[in-house]
Amino acid sequence: MATVTAAAPRAALPGILKQPVVRKLLLLALVAAILVPLANARWASGTWPAALTVDFSDQLTKASVWIIDNRDSHPLFVYFFGHISNAVVICVRAVYLVLLAAGWAGVTAAAALTAWRVAGWRLAAGTGAAFLACGFLGMWIPTMQTLALMVVAVLASVVVGALLGLAAGLSDRMDRILRPVLDTMQVLPAYAYLLPVVLVFGMGVPAAVLATVVYAAPPMARLTALGLRGADKEVLEAVESLGATARQRLLTARIPLASKELLLGLNQTIMMALSMAVIASVIGAGGLGDRVYQALGSVDVGAALAAGIPIVLLAVVLDRVTGAAGEGLGAEPQPNGRTRWLFTLVAAVAVAVAGRLMGRLDWPDAWTLNIAEPVNRAVDWMTDHLYSGVPVVGGTADWAAHFTTWVLDPVRDTLQWLPWWSVLLIVAALAWLIGTWRTALTAVLAMAAIGVLGVWTPSLDTLSQVLAAVAVTLVLGFATGIAAARSDRVERLLRPVLDVFQTMPQFVYLIPVVALFGVGRAPAVAAAVVYALPAVVRITTQGLRQVDPAALESARSLGATPAQQLRQVQLPLARPALLLAVNQGVVLVLAVVIIGGLVGGGALGYEVVAGLAQGDLATGLVAGAAIVCLGLMLDRVTQPTERRAKKGA
Amino acid sequence: MRLRKPVRGRFRTTAVVAGVSSLALLTGCGAADMTKQASPFANAQGAKSVTLSVQSWVGAQANVAVAQYLLEHELGYRVDTVQIDEVPAWDALSQGRVDALMEDWGHPEEEQRYVKDKKTIVPGGDLGVTGHIGWYVPTYFAKQHPDVTDWKNLDKYADAMRTAESGGKGQLMDGSPSYVTNDKALVKNLDLDYQVVFAGSEAAQITQIKQFAKEKKPFLTYWYSPQWLFKKVPMTEVKLPAYKEGCDADPEKVACAYPHTPLQKYLNADFAKTGGEAAALLKKFKWTTEDQNEVSLMIAEQKLSPEEAAKKWVDSHESTWKAWLS
Repeated sequence: MATVTAAAPRAALPGILKQPVVRKLLLLALVAAILVPLANARWASGTWPAALTVDFSDQLTKASVWIIDNRDSHPLFVYFFGHISNAVVICVRAVYLVLLAAGWAGVTAAAALTAWRVAGWRLAAGTGAAFLACGFLGMWIPTMQTLALMVVAVLASVVVGALLGLAAGLSDRMDRILRPVLDTMQVLPAYAYLLPVVLVFGMGVPAAVLATVVYAAPPMARLTALGLRGADKEVLEAVESLGATARQRLLTARIPLASKELLLGLNQTIMMALSMAVIASVIGAGGLGDRVYQALGSVDVGAALAAGIPIVLLAVVLDRVTGAAGEGLGAEPQPNGRTRWLFTLVAAVAVAVAGRLMGRLDWPDAWTLNIAEPVNRAVDWMTDHLYSGVPVVGGTADWAAHFTTWVLDPVRDTLQWLPWWSVLLIVAALAWLIGTWRTALTAVLAMAAIGVLGVWTPSLDTLSQVLAAVAVTLVLGFATGIAAARSDRVERLLRPVLDVFQTMPQFVYLIPVVALFGVGRAPAVAAAVVYALPAVVRITTQGLRQVDPAALESARSLGATPAQQLRQVQLPLARPALLLAVNQGVVLVLAVVIIGGLVGGGALGYEVVAGLAQGDLATGLVAGAAIVCLGLMLDRVTQPTERRAKKGA
Repeated sequence: MRLRKPVRGRFRTTAVVAGVSSLALLTGCGAADMTKQASPFANAQGAKSVTLSVQSWVGAQANVAVAQYLLEHELGYRVDTVQIDEVPAWDALSQGRVDALMEDWGHPEEEQRYVKDKKTIVPGGDLGVTGHIGWYVPTYFAKQHPDVTDWKNLDKYADAMRTAESGGKGQLMDGSPSYVTNDKALVKNLDLDYQVVFAGSEAAQITQIKQFAKEKKPFLTYWYSPQWLFKKVPMTEVKLPAYKEGCDADPEKVACAYPHTPLQKYLNADFAKTGGEAAALLKKFKWTTEDQNEVSLMIAEQKLSPEEAAKKWVDSHESTWKAWLS
């Protein structure tokens, strides 16, 4: 495909050909006309030709056996990975012991007082209530375990991310190298890279922490680089003219100027890390995630929810507090701030000591509230009454069956029926139309890599599920988003719902969707829709609301009906936001469709799950790599040029 | 973000350097064998602690719940549980991340590697329960069509077992990918008009079976006993060609039923030596299929927490568990 641009006709073209869209398509058609007959003659087959695949399973199986046999003796493990693993264990343990020593009262007080100092008394009350709620749900110890793990993982992510960001922010060359890597890591479903981490570090906390770091560090790195690069040139020049050394410039000007981005990075890193908490339980992270995972094993949605709620609470509290810290940055520092911090510290320690003296370190057993039962009764009622035989509309099981036979099957069969080169062509066309020839090339190469790995058919199966889920998500999401943008009341009502749905661990959705839609691809799609919907709704609403009021006003004065305003003014003006919503929707849907392997989604998701469950590196890693490629392709195909151009600035 | 003064910045760097070096000191500069590292949550605050691995099926949860209850209330241990699938659990067991695996359905390859070669795992004796895997149809369907219980007649009913996922064939529902299964090979080698559909997890499979049963629909599923679901949804086994020693040696060519397996316990080798009372208890732990089902049913159907279920069983079966403590 690299020849595409070299052959680009530069001569003046008449009329319609001047439109870039048409030109790109024509050019692509030309290339296709030359290459396709060649490819077809050589490898005539509908799916990816067997001659073009490489089988890695032997090498992978050998590698995996070698690692298991040498893990306790080879210097690489003993002197390198061993120390990393050891350090993680010691750090997590240290934090955990401190949390336990502080007792529930001490931890709650410390959290609330910190929130008070950073964000005011309202958030402080909320924080305190959130921690107490974790206790009331009977989840105090698991919450502390998760918290200990999160503290270490977030700190490590911040350090790694900030160092990478510093490199990318200060050196143009590093930036060019790191940017595509970070972009890619951002779109990877976390599930895909659990297996290699587990193989090296074994099940347990070190593996979980490292997987979390890999997942949560990229936003920190990106935002650090962005902040450093966005620093005001004039300020920098002024500092330089004062004779500051490079080091001083960095410490006194560039980093403080980027502090907003740094805090935003911290915020994003925390959210990503928390969303990993449950997924990492599959590889032995323990804590809240493990409770969710265990509850799902006995089909106990109520218990899963009881463990899921503390995660949501932690996420919301941390999000709000770090967000408030970011907003408070520009403000004047308060007088005697240091004394107040001291007071905070003393008060927290005092509460902890008081708790200790009263012998109330562990959360009292009597103070727990059982929410599992009522929740389960509600879920049972739902499945009893909605599953089938509902008059007129039919039950959810019937919908699922129809959705599978009328939507999923035709889409999958069409994709798998298409000759392999035509799939590549479609990918190229879509990516090029919306982006540049570079994005098109990446997308096509990613798709081709899937073929080379020998998982063409299951990947197209997964792709069909993603497409179906994205379509449903967009229809629902745009409709809801438009409604929310038009009415403040709807938006206010939606906001907390979206917050909760967005932070709820994906695993919690899986069992109710099986109860409603049976086993198969339909529940996987349903779970994906539920997970991706909040982001799409939110971006759509924001985009529509940011449309220039003047433009809207003039349309109104011209006598446009609300529908016309929406169609002719708001939607076109909000186009970038809508495209972003599509992009985000695709990435989120892919992440959950993969987890759908746990509820009969089959295809790549099942192979990753099976790889993890059987410790089978050959199956799991190949499927994981295919997921990575699929994610990369989907991201490039839906990522508009404007966004990339802005980021590159 | 008060980095305005360079002095403070330098202070931070020093602090970071100090932190890193102290960490290096802590971890020691020599070799670090990560296969000998316990969970960071173990033994907190000086409590004696044991980490048990739980598998995703409820029977395994029942074993662990009762063991946990006795360890905590009779012996004063603190017990952590971690949910891990069987094969990774072997690996975690050999590394000492977990101390015991309470119910194993037979993994000859891992047994060879860890028990015989590396000697990091030792057998912990019989669990007392015999496991059996097979193909099952709901009893209400088997009563209407008695001949469905022979595999030779399964093709006759393929139409009845069809679903949206099975693509024109009958559906044979399999569960979690972590379970021992030869079903794909079986369907192929017995030349049946069926498609294996993986539910992906046992939870999904149970939910689906219950939904089918509620509507009295026919279905064919991979299932195993002992399992509490038989009490809720009675199922009848389909007879496959009889199992003979060694007939499942080649996974590609299997064409016979699954064996009856006495389920085994396994302990980490170090734990078995130094685990004191806890290790002794876990080695002696032995109960019957009925006992396990009783606890499982309380957990899965009455939705008691594993701890409450274990307490109920322990309160009413004192003679059984007293023997484990002596």
